[in-house]
Amino acid sequence: MITTKELLKIESVKPELFLAGSSSCAGCPSVLALRWALKALGKKTVVVSPACCANVYIGLWPKASPAVPYINMAFAAGASAAAGVVAGYESLGKKDINVLTWAGDGGTVDIGIQALSGAIERNTNFIYACYDNEGYMNTGTQRSSSTPKYTVTTTTPTGKHMHKKDISQIVAAHDIPYVATCLATDPVDVYNTFMEAKAIHGPKFIHILTPCAPGWRFDVANSIDMGAMAVKSGFFILWKQVNGRLEIKKKSLRYMDKQKRIPVGDYLKGQGRFSKLTKEQIDDMQNWVDKRCEKISARAEYEANL
Amino acid sequence: MMKTEQEKENILIMSGNYAAAWGAKCSNVNVISAYPITPQTTVVEKLSDFVDNKELDAKYIRVESEHSVMAALVGSSMTGARSFSATSGQGLLYMAEMLHWVSSSRLPIVTTIASRGIAPPWNIWADYTDILSIRDCGWIIQFASTHQEIFDSILMAYKIAENPEVSLPYFVVYSGFSQSHTSKPVSIPEQQRINKFLPILPEDGWGHLNLNPDKPVTFGNLVMPEQEYLDFRFMIHDSMVKSKKNIHDTINLFNQSFGRDYGGLVEKYMCDDAEVILISYGGLAEQSKDAVDKLRDQGNKVGLFKLRYIRPFPNEELIELFNSGIKVIGVVDQGTAFGNPTGGPISTEVMSLLNHTKNRIDVLPCIWGIGGRNVSVDDQIGLFEKLLYIKNNNEYPTDETCQHGTVWMGLKTGI
Amino acid sequence: MKTSDKQPAAQQPYKSWKELPHVPVSYPQLGSIGATGEWRTFKPEINAEACNKCGMCYLYCPDGVISYKEGTLPEIDYMFCKGCGICASICPKKAIEMVKEKE
Repeated sequence: MITTKELLKIESVKPELFLAGSSSCAGCPSVLALRWALKALGKKTVVVSPACCANVYIGLWPKASPAVPYINMAFAAGASAAAGVVAGYESLGKKDINVLTWAGDGGTVDIGIQALSGAIERNTNFIYACYDNEGYMNTGTQRSSSTPKYTVTTTTPTGKHMHKKDISQIVAAHDIPYVATCLATDPVDVYNTFMEAKAIHGPKFIHILTPCAPGWRFDVANSIDMGAMAVKSGFFILWKQVNGRLEIKKKSLRYMDKQKRIPVGDYLKGQGRFSKLTKEQIDDMQNWVDKRCEKISARAEYEANL
Repeated sequence: MMKTEQEKENILIMSGNYAAAWGAKCSNVNVISAYPITPQTTVVEKLSDFVDNKELDAKYIRVESEHSVMAALVGSSMTGARSFSATSGQGLLYMAEMLHWVSSSRLPIVTTIASRGIAPPWNIWADYTDILSIRDCGWIIQFASTHQEIFDSILMAYKIAENPEVSLPYFVVYSGFSQSHTSKPVSIPEQQRINKFLPILPEDGWGHLNLNPDKPVTFGNLVMPEQEYLDFRFMIHDSMVKSKKNIHDTINLFNQSFGRDYGGLVEKYMCDDAEVILISYGGLAEQSKDAVDKLRDQGNKVGLFKLRYIRPFPNEELIELFNSGIKVIGVVDQGTAFGNPTGGPISTEVMSLLNHTKNRIDVLPCIWGIGGRNVSVDDQIGLFEKLLYIKNNNEYPTDETCQHGTVWMGLKTGI
Repeated sequence: MKTSDKQPAAQQPYKSWKELPHVPVSYPQLGSIGATGEWRTFKPEINAEACNKCGMCYLYCPDGVISYKEGTLPEIDYMFCKGCGICASICPKKAIEMVKEKE
């Protein structure tokens, strides 16, 4: 684990691999996460990106912001095309190239889950990163199965009826060598997570919660704080599972104690998409958060003693 | 002609599917991705044998769906790896989105199709509706009507597809079961001679698109309407049309190398003095030769015009045929196109070319062999007799199998 | 390294399809959508006296328009800074002020 100070020393003298002046929304944390993910992986990286915001924010032909090979891919094919790139390099004896799938939540939890599951089961040596902004933001904020309960989107105008799909636990159930969650708004954690993933052979999955100011409806300048509140409220839990052993990351650990958590209502109320939440609905969300925190804490404790 | 010691070929008895697997093996493919589907299955089984027994040094990605098959090959081909797949029917339809991804990326991927009927209801027998329904997605489409042709075509396919001027993906198509599961002798040349024929795989990948971290490019990002999106689309069509020259050159080179001449985009059988011509494609077209022979024995001036390729479309060859003095043609599709101007897609395309001749030619479209329905030589003779009837009586037949201007051969009419 | 050292090159329109490569590939370039600094309504300004040169603004800038070297004052590339205000919100010394751009 590299500290902030060390990170600044190492990386501030290196060129950016995602170049300034891209077509992303101002302040997009997904770009922040990609910027630091690429710094961790380095120049010898190929990115496969199924339909998602990134397909647009990388810029218009004939210019592009990524300074690494980057292919836009069909919505359902993020993991399968990456598996092909890996096989292509292997067949030609080209080594030491990181293959990264950079996908949104729609391309991961909905249309891309089959290809993702297949690529993991086949032990494909790649990193699959899902930047989860909890909806189809590129097409104008429609619900995905990663959208939280009660969220108002353009396809759930009175609020969504079911909870967010727990994609990282689904992936973890594949006995994948490495799965981790992190916050797009925490560059040091992003960097460390990708560094850790890079060193492991086989499939790696990184779930990145990505606050989206236009889609969640809050002031973009508060993006970093919004991410932090997701963790402080226990709504988003930072954990990793390395070789089958689940461990809650230090930054989340203290918030597994209900007394230390901020009420989830405080996190939700800062977002316009939850502006109509009733007290009962907030209680329901609090209950959901509490149970999840309890469950994952118990599991981490059990696995630590194995 | 006697073959020299060096030119000796190894003759093996094998199924059409094994001929496809051997074609891939002998083409030294680097990456295979496939998903099992009847009647293609034994292609992927044979290739698994080759790879796992180390007879073929390739990566085999055993994916979880046909969509992933073609996505994986997009990825592998973009690294410069020679990539192969095989599918059929539903599988081909399922990969449709990615077929466009391949052609629009101009990747020289070769895929064999053991064509079968489309469900529902389930049908696994010969029917080209699968390939015909994706005929406009930018792949070269060639029918192989013998087992030897399946094997030989795969070698030629890579030669054509990887030519930088062409840079288009390539389908080799044959009939499910009637070709995929029957066994015939196939002559396999020595690998050294095949290697001399095959294109050399570029070290740095394809010139137009290669994933190389030392020369980073982004591919597929947005192109605005006022930019050159239209022009890139035109270029796919342009390269497809111009690939005819490369196809002819490759067929000639193959003939020089291995002594088997596939002629060109079409095969003409007894067409020279013919007044009545049957235009067809695929396995059943091969059988039409027997019908022609029998009718010729009776003094009828009939011939067969077999389409080996439908993409690119053999316009020039057809126009030459139209100007050769023929009176009546029958165009047969072994596939459906519901609501089409004629019963089948290829008959519509052939008829659209009739504008290029001033001669009066009567055309009778026909659909046969749907879902593996048997078409005997006698059935084919029956169709020729309908065409002869048109020539002799200057009127179209009115029997019940002729519906909406198209003969649906074998349609049960209660008579 | 100042990011605007290399100005975004003007795009050459193609006169004929014959000049085009087989496929549209894009090359890495600053300002893939242009000079995004034009999007700004508020401009981040660093107060040199208040700045403790910690580098947090460089770390958190999503677009990577802030250059920084240990112990030196960060520099903002206004050609591409979109004015999101994240740097100002995370600055531990409150040394970055968002100033309204003039018309």
